[in-house]
Amino acid sequence: MNTLVQPLMNFGNWLWGLLAAVVVWIFGQELAPSVMHAIKILLLIVCIVAPLMGAVAYLTLWERKLIGWMQIRIGPNRVTFFGLRWLGGLAQPVADGLKLMVKEVVIPAGANKTLFVLAPVMAIMPALAAWAVIPFSPSLVLADIDAGLLYVMAITSVGVYGIIIAGWASNSKYAFLGAMRSAAQMVSYELAMGFALVCVLMAAQSLNLGEIVRMQQGNWGFLNWFWIPLFPMFLVYLIAGVAETNRAPFDVAEGESEIVAGFHVEYSGMAFAVFFLAEYANMILVSTLCSVMFLGGWLSPIPLAIASAIGLPWLAADSFGWLLVKLFVVVSSFLWFRATFPRYRYDQIMRLGWKVFLPLTIFWIVLLGAWMQTPLWVWWQ
Amino acid sequence: MTFNGIIFYLFSAILLFAGLRVITARNPVHAALFLVLAFFTSAAIWMQLQAEFLAIVLVLVYVGAVMVLFLFVVMMLDINLARLRENFWSYLPVGAFVAIVLVAEMVLVLAGKYGGFAGVPAPPPLPPGYSNTKELGRLVYTEYVYAFEIAAVILLVAIVAAIAITLRRRKETKYQDPARQVSVRREDRMRLVKMRPEKKEQR
Repeated sequence: MNTLVQPLMNFGNWLWGLLAAVVVWIFGQELAPSVMHAIKILLLIVCIVAPLMGAVAYLTLWERKLIGWMQIRIGPNRVTFFGLRWLGGLAQPVADGLKLMVKEVVIPAGANKTLFVLAPVMAIMPALAAWAVIPFSPSLVLADIDAGLLYVMAITSVGVYGIIIAGWASNSKYAFLGAMRSAAQMVSYELAMGFALVCVLMAAQSLNLGEIVRMQQGNWGFLNWFWIPLFPMFLVYLIAGVAETNRAPFDVAEGESEIVAGFHVEYSGMAFAVFFLAEYANMILVSTLCSVMFLGGWLSPIPLAIASAIGLPWLAADSFGWLLVKLFVVVSSFLWFRATFPRYRYDQIMRLGWKVFLPLTIFWIVLLGAWMQTPLWVWWQ
Repeated sequence: MTFNGIIFYLFSAILLFAGLRVITARNPVHAALFLVLAFFTSAAIWMQLQAEFLAIVLVLVYVGAVMVLFLFVVMMLDINLARLRENFWSYLPVGAFVAIVLVAEMVLVLAGKYGGFAGVPAPPPLPPGYSNTKELGRLVYTEYVYAFEIAAVILLVAIVAAIAITLRRRKETKYQDPARQVSVRREDRMRLVKMRPEKKEQR
């Protein structure tokens, strides 16, 4: 193993040294360290975004497969790699991506061209930028900033611009109606989401996402996580997350039965694909945040005592794998909702957001504040 | 020039350009979007001043909430540029006065020794464990608690007032009451009428 890795590492170090020399030659001795730092951060961003895009592509396949099984169908099973039959369906995302890339992007005659092209970019930007503060494991986080939770809220609140601009710039009534619906819905549910997050930061005593995970550490495994004391907030966050990402049963923004396809009705080809990617990247983001804040992030659900009693002490180790497992379960539940529930009526969505979730979250903030002052609060001392 | 300097001038240039375009853009939606860009860039500059909390709150409140509603309104408006231009000369004196006051204030602050802001040094680098958020929270809830509470109450009054404005009763609005819809019975909607069968007329 070592004989294989060592030459690779040597080669990597040599490459990095070469890059540093080139940077010094271009920018001079004084600026070089800052530029090298910027290059390093850019490389790390690529290391996060590239697997994320792969995950998004295969999430679309998983959605079609899972909903297919739930409806007693098979789902995509034809497109394969190299003609291998047992890989049936696995190449479907590649084929879909290829198809969307070679299709023409039609810009409507009455559209505002600049904003029409800009809208998908503004939709996907927040879905990617928010990943900067997500802690993947105890030591693995791109930006370990103090106000991480606040940063996530600020960045995700920018996502609504992509949809509004797409609806307006298309110069189409259907698109505009979809944009209006979606924007009103996202603004409404952001409130409930924000208040649910206030509960999390009260319980964790910190805005730093890594610190929030560390506060859920304990001897009781999954019983130490915040989903128990904050159970109503967990549900509110999950449902508000579905509404924020405009997924079924809250997908009135697309509402193909009433307004054909909502805000992206005029988009085609890659411009449409970017909206699609943004929706799925947002889904993964909301699920990750849910896992980090309520389900203990990278922490193992199995207490050390039980893991060593059954002779598998590695089960209690904290790792990135546990975050992946939790994330996968939450994302799959999003797909499950879509296969289960019919679409909400618009006034019912608004009623749920303003008249049910908002009072519930405010009540829980007060209750939590009182609870944390009593000895009944056992999640940390 | 240091790396920080380059970043500062880059963001400042974007901020100035965006600010200029807010007032020169013909299309009001473009102007609103340039204002969003201006907020975003000024947040980046604040972050360089090590005011992370304020920078993020600027994005959260102004970009994420205020400007979204603003954009909503602007998109709905049907702005007639010709009619706006008609009143240009009547608004000019007021506008010019405000502009002169603004410029004078900026000159006073920025112009060297008279304003007293000449030698304001860059903030010293803070220790790694320093928490901007915690420090602000401590100040707001201890030293400036009364000012903070009064501001909060004023905001609450504004919220209540804004909601109260929308609460006017409109007679012509039609809405559905689901409770009444589901409790409806056949007798409420339909009446069976006994009728003698009609005979076909003989020609």
